[in-house]
Amino acid sequence: GDPGLPSSAMYPLEMEGNSNPKTTNKPKYSKFTQQELPACKPLLTPEIVIAAFALIGALFVPIGLASLHASRQVVELVHRYDASCVPVDDKVGFIQNSRTDKTCTVTMTVPKYMKSPIHVYYLIDGFYQNHRRYVRSRSDKQLRYKSAAHLTSDCVPEGDTADHAPIVPCGLVAWSLFNDTYTVRVNGVVTQVNKKDIAWKSDKNNKFGKNIYPSNFQKGRLIGGATLNESIPLSEQEDLIVWMRTAALPTFRKLYGRIEKDINANDNVTVVIQNNYNTYSFGGSKALVLSTASWIGGKNNFIGIAYLTIGGLCLSLAMGFLVLYMVKRRNFGDPSNLSWNR
Amino acid sequence: MKRFVYINDESYQNDYCDNQISNTKYTLWNFLPKNLWEQFRRFMNQYFLLIACLQLWSLITPVNPASTWGPLIVIFAVSATKEAWDDYNRYISDKQANEKKVWIVKNGARKHIQAQDIRVGNIVWIRENEEVPCDLVLTGTSEPQGICHVETAALDGEIDLKTRVIPTTCIGLDSEQLHKIKGVIECPIPDKDIRRFDANIRLFPPFIDNDICPLTINNTLLQSCYLRNTEWACGVAVYTGNETKLGMSRGVPEPKLTAMDAMIDKLTGAIFLFQLAVVVVLGSAGNVWKDTEARKQWYVKYDDDEPWYQILVIPLRFELLCSIMIPISIKVSLDFVKSMYAKFIDWDEEIYDQETDTPAHAANTAISEDLGQVEYILTDKTGTLTENKMIFRRCCIAGTLYGNESGDALKDIELLNAVADNSPHVIKFLTVMALCNTVIPIKSPSGTISYKAQSQDEDALVNAASNLHVVLVSKNGNNAAEIHFNRRVIQYEILDILEFTSDRKRMSIVISDSQSGKIFLLSKGADEAILPLAYCGQQIKTFVDAVDKYAQLGLRTLCLGWRELSLEEYLEWSRLFKEANSALVDREWKVAEVCQKLEHTLDILGISAIEDRLQDGVPETIEILRQSGINFWMLTGDKQSTAIQIALLCNLISSEPKGQLLYINGKTEDEVARSLERVLLTMRITSSEPKELAFVVDGWALEIILTRYKEAFTELAVLSKTAICCRVTPSQKAQLVKLLKSCDYRTLAIGDGGNDVRMIQQAHIGVGISGREGLQAARAADYSIGKFRFLKRLILVHGRYSYNRTAFLSQYSFYKSLLICFIQILFSFVSGIAGTSLFNSVSLMAYNVFYTSIPVLTTVLDKDLSEKTVTQNPEILLYCQAGRLLNPSTFAGWFGRSLYHAIVVFLITIHAYANEKSEMEELSMVALSGSIWLQAFVVTLEMSSFTFLQFLAIWGNFAAFYVINLCISTIPTAGMYTIMFRLCRQPSYWITMLVSITIMFF
Repeated sequence: GDPGLPSSAMYPLEMEGNSNPKTTNKPKYSKFTQQELPACKPLLTPEIVIAAFALIGALFVPIGLASLHASRQVVELVHRYDASCVPVDDKVGFIQNSRTDKTCTVTMTVPKYMKSPIHVYYLIDGFYQNHRRYVRSRSDKQLRYKSAAHLTSDCVPEGDTADHAPIVPCGLVAWSLFNDTYTVRVNGVVTQVNKKDIAWKSDKNNKFGKNIYPSNFQKGRLIGGATLNESIPLSEQEDLIVWMRTAALPTFRKLYGRIEKDINANDNVTVVIQNNYNTYSFGGSKALVLSTASWIGGKNNFIGIAYLTIGGLCLSLAMGFLVLYMVKRRNFGDPSNLSWNR
Repeated sequence: MKRFVYINDESYQNDYCDNQISNTKYTLWNFLPKNLWEQFRRFMNQYFLLIACLQLWSLITPVNPASTWGPLIVIFAVSATKEAWDDYNRYISDKQANEKKVWIVKNGARKHIQAQDIRVGNIVWIRENEEVPCDLVLTGTSEPQGICHVETAALDGEIDLKTRVIPTTCIGLDSEQLHKIKGVIECPIPDKDIRRFDANIRLFPPFIDNDICPLTINNTLLQSCYLRNTEWACGVAVYTGNETKLGMSRGVPEPKLTAMDAMIDKLTGAIFLFQLAVVVVLGSAGNVWKDTEARKQWYVKYDDDEPWYQILVIPLRFELLCSIMIPISIKVSLDFVKSMYAKFIDWDEEIYDQETDTPAHAANTAISEDLGQVEYILTDKTGTLTENKMIFRRCCIAGTLYGNESGDALKDIELLNAVADNSPHVIKFLTVMALCNTVIPIKSPSGTISYKAQSQDEDALVNAASNLHVVLVSKNGNNAAEIHFNRRVIQYEILDILEFTSDRKRMSIVISDSQSGKIFLLSKGADEAILPLAYCGQQIKTFVDAVDKYAQLGLRTLCLGWRELSLEEYLEWSRLFKEANSALVDREWKVAEVCQKLEHTLDILGISAIEDRLQDGVPETIEILRQSGINFWMLTGDKQSTAIQIALLCNLISSEPKGQLLYINGKTEDEVARSLERVLLTMRITSSEPKELAFVVDGWALEIILTRYKEAFTELAVLSKTAICCRVTPSQKAQLVKLLKSCDYRTLAIGDGGNDVRMIQQAHIGVGISGREGLQAARAADYSIGKFRFLKRLILVHGRYSYNRTAFLSQYSFYKSLLICFIQILFSFVSGIAGTSLFNSVSLMAYNVFYTSIPVLTTVLDKDLSEKTVTQNPEILLYCQAGRLLNPSTFAGWFGRSLYHAIVVFLITIHAYANEKSEMEELSMVALSGSIWLQAFVVTLEMSSFTFLQFLAIWGNFAAFYVINLCISTIPTAGMYTIMFRLCRQPSYWITMLVSITIMFF
């Protein structure tokens, strides 16, 4: 017997593998397992970069112009009245005294024709509706379900009255409800400020119950803000609903009502303000705002300016790159530029 | 420490555990506590648990506790489920093994019982192709010679059959007697050494005699081996259950940590410190603001007298708000991508070895990134660089060199003639080649003979001898060997085998010629182990020259010699040998000493030269890997000249004048020291020249250097890119790895044999070649491949991609967490520094574990450069090695990016949504949308190639964000009821989004 040189006899596995392809250990081929899935490999070549910047610029400048135009279409009157409406130096004392007469009249001249509806906002500055202690002091369940009136644990320190009856609506947010009122006259004629539908429809329908009536509200030692008519269900208390949509920033505007009548240029708008709300103790300010609206909302030049700036920047970058590309052109994918070849 | 096993004696059986195997980590009862305990040992998990617990305090939590508990529970459940599943599978396989039926002898009769009921001392019967249920001492087999064959692949991965013999004292017992034997086996307490079993057996009367008979590993059948080519075998159970050699060697290896993991841990620590700083600063600022400003804000209604802990409330709120800085999803994401990298290696067709049907396998799924950062490769030579396919090429017999012209001695007419002429020297030489080994000839039914050899060299020699008509036909156990030579049958009795050890570097065999009764000692071994043993006056110069000549050709040489022994000398020595062999302590050393007493005054017959060809593609692979900045050290047990020859052949070193080889050698310590000094000096001077320097050192000098001059050698190691260490032992290999590791180099050790296991385990990355020396190295390794050339793809493709992908994934994970966190912090400046969360709980949770985690996972498909480009420009790997993609400065870049993006998103949001639009829920959703838009574009920008899966993940996720939020917006009880519908109708929302993402480009 001549066994010959070392042969595959030592490799029973290999023999099996070759004779019977089913038992092979070869990994199964698929594009995924071999990491060979077809892939697109976008390369940021100078041409593409220049084109991209140019395109962004070309797109942004018009959008910016359109936004700015829309914003400029909006006619907006802002009148700060917190200081002027308190005739005395001790402003905090004045506002906290329930017996002082807080009526105050301001007059504005409309610079441009205002088309209805004209939104009447109150603007408060320096009021932290987003403060953690404040923003979470409310009970959404209580506002929605009749049976949840007792769920006031989140509402501290305005959850229950001294004799442990639940306050509805409870919490600091409701308690501090804004209570200045405005009566508007245009050229001396009393103009109706429509306070219907100032709140979100969804809030009225789903967040605030139709069968829930205020109770024990503002009955404590300290009165926060406005009181509520206990015969009107929460879903109809639109001022409250607006107020309960807490603002994310310390300066905010909230809708007071709408004037559904056009106001002409140079018309005199006189507003009689019941100046009740205390922004004096924390140094905040209050203002009355009359504003029309456009497709981008109220007056806000920010977006337009941002778009014009970025558009301009992109265009100039595209130009700059183009010049560079023309003047100092490099071969694409030149290996001599690799760090180890230099 | 000994164990006494009384054979077949029930009264002693309860001293030791039964044969129930348990590999499970948990039981049904301790699973939950034990698993939780294990998971909470990780710092990250402790941190998240602390955060989650703090969130239960409703006074301070900015968000719903569910936003942390949810992901935390999911992450824990995923890990626990995986563990439970693995453990359940182990339990099932244990159960199968435990309930397997086996035959044992009880009260003199054979009984069928479950494997788990085997007790120490039982006699266990096994039939052909059955698995051995516990460690047995063989007492009988079906073969009349008292041998059996076992396959030990499950134990050591070696696929050749091994012969096991019954102890001499049990020879001749028939099956009936085997049922009744009594006796005692004295053996060591259980250990995990599968190569040693130093024990004794003594049978009680009336069985034979009560002489003590030594036992070795050759007398055992170890658990998990299979009985092959033998009808049946029986043995005494000595170790059972988890105390078997296999059970003892089972252990959890130390988990390896990649350089990237270490860096990520470091960065996590830095972020944690940053977070603490933010908490302290904002917490104090918040307290100050509260006392100076917030008390004037009547609507907040702060109490005047507060409990003492109020001072902690705001800092703790910020701690919770900032807790998302450390992304909770990072561990899960990393585990996922790492297992994908490992799968890609397993699946890769291009590193599948057709020849041996071996796919590459990543046993360690956690360290693929390290492959891309390798700086040093320490490679074995034989079987790693070479094929380990030994072919007898040349020989030198009695001063005549054969095979010089043709390069193949087997075709050398002169040699064939010499064989035909019965030239005594040649015949002796061939007889030694055929007999002096441990090869088992196996006769197939058709009459052809194949050989099972543990050593490739022996295989080559026996095959060559048989080609030259000296055919080893059969070998029966330890006794008779039959040789056919020119139709003559020569019977030999093998008296003793003086085994090969790496210290002795030789093996010998004592035989007696059955015809003449003469006794011979046949030896073979390394030249330096045999040549000094030549009898006085023999001219060995021709042999020395031949060895040099062959070594220069890159051939492996073995020196063959013999000596006739007188009967008296043999008997005297045999007694000593037997004594040494039955020693329980230091057996190996004692045996070696006794062997030396016989191995002297040899008649040197000649030199055999065996060729071991380089594997395909080795020089190219080394060339490319060296271009990519990886340094190679070759560590081999072979001799210096062979090693250098192979090194030249495979591009490891260049010949003069391009390269220069520096030798560290010497016979005494002083000489070695001076030599080292000289080499070091040369290295320092020429390190600036473009000359390729390499040093060569041998095991003997290395031993001195490593014990005495470690510092100088460390300096040398740093200076030298290439080194050849020859004649090194397995432990020296491991020491060298350790030395390089101590210099902060990433090391990869690659080898194929049992002698490389220690080095492989020591290195950062161990790669095993599933070679001809069995699978030992491949099993110990983190990666096993079929051929050396696959290393190129493993490192350049898999290693590099893994590194790049993890670098992006980990930094991105921090980026996206920081982004959302910075927005929260910025918001706190406009909300009275009171720790209000801008985002609601659901959004925060979804942002972290869903919106920003899913798309980035497709980075496992990202390829920045094509595989071809990388292999053509291997220098690109320098980026990975130097850690250019993940280091503190790149991380700072991502940190700055997240800060910049946060500021942009926040400022744009609060300006675009100012005045009457600044409603909390809307503004929050605008900021969140802005972040999501940014995320989609950042991921798109950072990825280089897009398959449809990436498109799907990125833009599908983007769409999912809108779908999910629109869905939530339809739930009347949700805080964000109708919000998303309102926003999507506003042109200003879309305009704001568009401007947010454009800012990203600047």
